[in-house]
Order: sequence, then C-alpha cells, then structure tokens
Amino acid sequence: MKDETAQQGLLISPIKNGTVIDHITGGEALNVLKIIGITGTTHECLSVATNVKSRIMGKKDIVKIENRELREEEVDRIALIAPNASINIIRDYKVFEKKGVTIPALLVGIVRCPNPGCISNTNEPIQSRFEVVPNGLHCLYCDWVITRDITGHII
Amino acid sequence: MTHIISIRDLKREEIDFLLSEAGRIQERCFDEHALNGKILALLFFEPSTRTRMSFEAAMARLGGTSLSVGSVEASSMAKGETLADTIRVVSGYADAIVLRHPKEGAARLASEFASVPVINAGDGAGQHPSQTLLDLYTIRQSMPLERIRIGLLGDLRYGRTAHSLAYALSLYHATIFSITPTGLELPDALVRELAAHGTEVICCDNVEDVVRDLDVLYVTRIQRERFPDSASYFKVASSYRITPELLTGVKDHLIVLHPLPRVDEIDPRVDSLPYARYFEQSWNGIPVRMAMLQRVMK
Ligand SMILES: [Zn+2]
Repeated sequence: MKDETAQQGLLISPIKNGTVIDHITGGEALNVLKIIGITGTTHECLSVATNVKSRIMGKKDIVKIENRELREEEVDRIALIAPNASINIIRDYKVFEKKGVTIPALLVGIVRCPNPGCISNTNEPIQSRFEVVPNGLHCLYCDWVITRDITGHII
Repeated sequence: MTHIISIRDLKREEIDFLLSEAGRIQERCFDEHALNGKILALLFFEPSTRTRMSFEAAMARLGGTSLSVGSVEASSMAKGETLADTIRVVSGYADAIVLRHPKEGAARLASEFASVPVINAGDGAGQHPSQTLLDLYTIRQSMPLERIRIGLLGDLRYGRTAHSLAYALSLYHATIFSITPTGLELPDALVRELAAHGTEVICCDNVEDVVRDLDVLYVTRIQRERFPDSASYFKVASSYRITPELLTGVKDHLIVLHPLPRVDEIDPRVDSLPYARYFEQSWNGIPVRMAMLQRVMK
C-alpha cells in the first residue's frame, strides 16, 4: 500500500479541504466528473489521474476536488458507474470521513428513461424512478429495463 | 386503497379471489345494488370503445353511475394540463377512476396523485390488467389454471397482452410454447423472469408442430407495421393462420383464445368449432370488470 501511495503522491498532491474519490473504475473518472456536474466551465480546483496502477483493481482512476464535499445523490450516481469507489472527505489535510459507495435500491431523479413513450419523459410533476435489478435498472413507470450504457442515461 | 395498475401488483391469491368473484357474478350471485350511489370516472385519452363500454356496463349492473370524459380534444389535457392535475381534480368527482392513456406508466403516475382507486385500462403499449384477468378467467372456465400447456402465437416481442398473460400463468406453473416469426419472440428479460418462477418457455416457429400438445392456443395479431414490406408480412401472416384443418387431432379440451379484434389470424370457419372461445372471452370482460370494480370500491 505504501508504494501505491507514494506513486500517487507524485501524480497528485494532497489537498487541504475537499473530496478525494479513489478506486474509481479505470477510465471512468471523466464520467464521474460529468455526473457530479463538473465541466470545463465550472471553477473547481481539480486533479484527475486516470489508469493509475492499483494492486487491488489493476487500473483505477482518482479524482480530487478542492473545497467541495459531495451530496448524497452525487454519491449515488457515482455508485452506478464506479461501484468500488471510496470517498474521502478531507478537512485540513486529514481524512475527516471515509465512505464507500453503495448503489441504492431506488434511484429517484438520477436516470432518464430511454423509452420515449414513458410518462416520466413528459412534463408531469414527477421524477424518474428506477429500481436496481440484477440485470440493470428497471423503470417503475413503464417497466423498461436499462441494461447497457447506464452512464449515458444519467441525468 | 387498492389500485389495479399491473397484473404484477397482484399476488396469486388476489388473482384467484377476483376470478372466483367473477364466477359468482356470472352465476348471478351478486348484489345489483353493491355500488349504489358510487360514481366511476372513465378517463380515456385514446379511444377504446369496447373497453369503455364494458366498464360502463359493469358499473351499471352494480347499481353505480359512470362519468365519461368527452373527446380528448375537448378536454383540459388538450390545453396542456398535466395528467397529474387532471387526476387530482377528477378524484374529487368520483369514487374510482378507470384510465386509458397513450403513455406507458400513466396509470402508475395516476395512482400516485389520485385520492381514489385507479384501474388501468391500458397505458400505451403497457399494462392492461383487466385483459389479463379476463383471459385467465376464460381459461379457468374450461380447466384448472395449474400447469396448463399454452401456445402463445403471434407478435410476442411487442404484444404486451401476451407478456402479462405469460407472467400471470407463470404463477400457475404453466408450460409456454412461444410460436412466433423470427425476430418477434418474447423478450429475453421476460423469459428469464418466467424461468425464475419455474416456467419453461419452448420456442417454435411452426404452430402445426405443437398444436396437438396444447391445452390453450392464444392467438394475437401479427402487426403489419413490424414488417419491411407487405409481401413479407403476407408470407408470415399466412403461415400463422388458424384453420379447421390445422386443428385436426388436437386435444378435445383445447380452447382457442384471441383478445380481438382479429384480422385474419383465425379462419371464420373455426368460429363454429367447439374450440373457439374468443367471443366468450370478450363477454367475460363484464363479470371480470364487475369483480374489479367491487374490489376497489367496496
Ligand atoms: Zn420508463
């Protein structure tokens, strides 16, 4: 573990306050940024490392975001594309809180239903609702099951 | 409060209860005043005259009154009102709502906003539980539902009637023969779900090969719009046509069902054979819907 940390140290320097998302599935870091709403035009101070060698995962991505702590629904979205991710809240250079991500049984307002005929894609005053099933995400309105490219359907 | 949105919401015991109630109703053991003073709102955002009339007739036979929305064009919906608002308003007028809507999941949404029970009478290509219940009821008039061997014939990929029926029959350990043209088989996700209930699905592309094995043959329309041109449609349609000749040597108790309207999947000469039950199936809509209305409003 020590080696790994040392290697990371070269890539990304520690942050004073903010969030470190570690153990992201290799290559998914940019999708993680997308789903928590960070784009080229937002102002977060950010470090990203992709395809870093990891003894546990083979390859992993790491994201450090300064001065921002993640909200619960952001953590839920990350779980969908990086189920092994761990989230470290940093305060004053120290890990203040460390948590894993778990895919919630019910996803409300997080994923858009791909079925154009689904009532959740109209201007009704509702949020999309999906339950997590073994082969994907099941729309609780129209029964559509998303099995592939979940990232592409995240709102 | 009880809504009836999808056949999947009903446990086997609840289905059995509704079917027994329908049976009692058909034997005229029912209270004609059971729903005296109750009002049923029929919200049909797409036309389906038979389903609407059948709910109206069922309500009238139980002593209740129905309110019908006129045409969709004349309603607030056309002015851009959300379904959620329509449902909240109509909940104040009636004791239950029957909804037919072009969007899938509309009935589920309605049940979230309604303060009275909602019965789904078809949402888009989605659920239509009263159809499934009357299919089950018709089968049960001829044989016990447990472990039947049923052939589902037609477009099973897009035909949701067949999906709900297959799902419901899996609760009764049926064996399902899926008889379809290539590309129109039951969706994989549904087949896996049926398998999880211990229901075997046997795929075949020729009804002749299996018809002598069946207790029930459930015929659905093969939709023309699923084919690239009319020549390939007619080729397929003619090989999925039920004729008296095809039915030689079948089991004596075989019944042939069809949710109607039919186009030319069933030769009219079959109508006079003892196997034909599709008109009874359609009439059975009344006792089954009476049982549903009593269930949600009493
Ligand atoms: Zn949907």
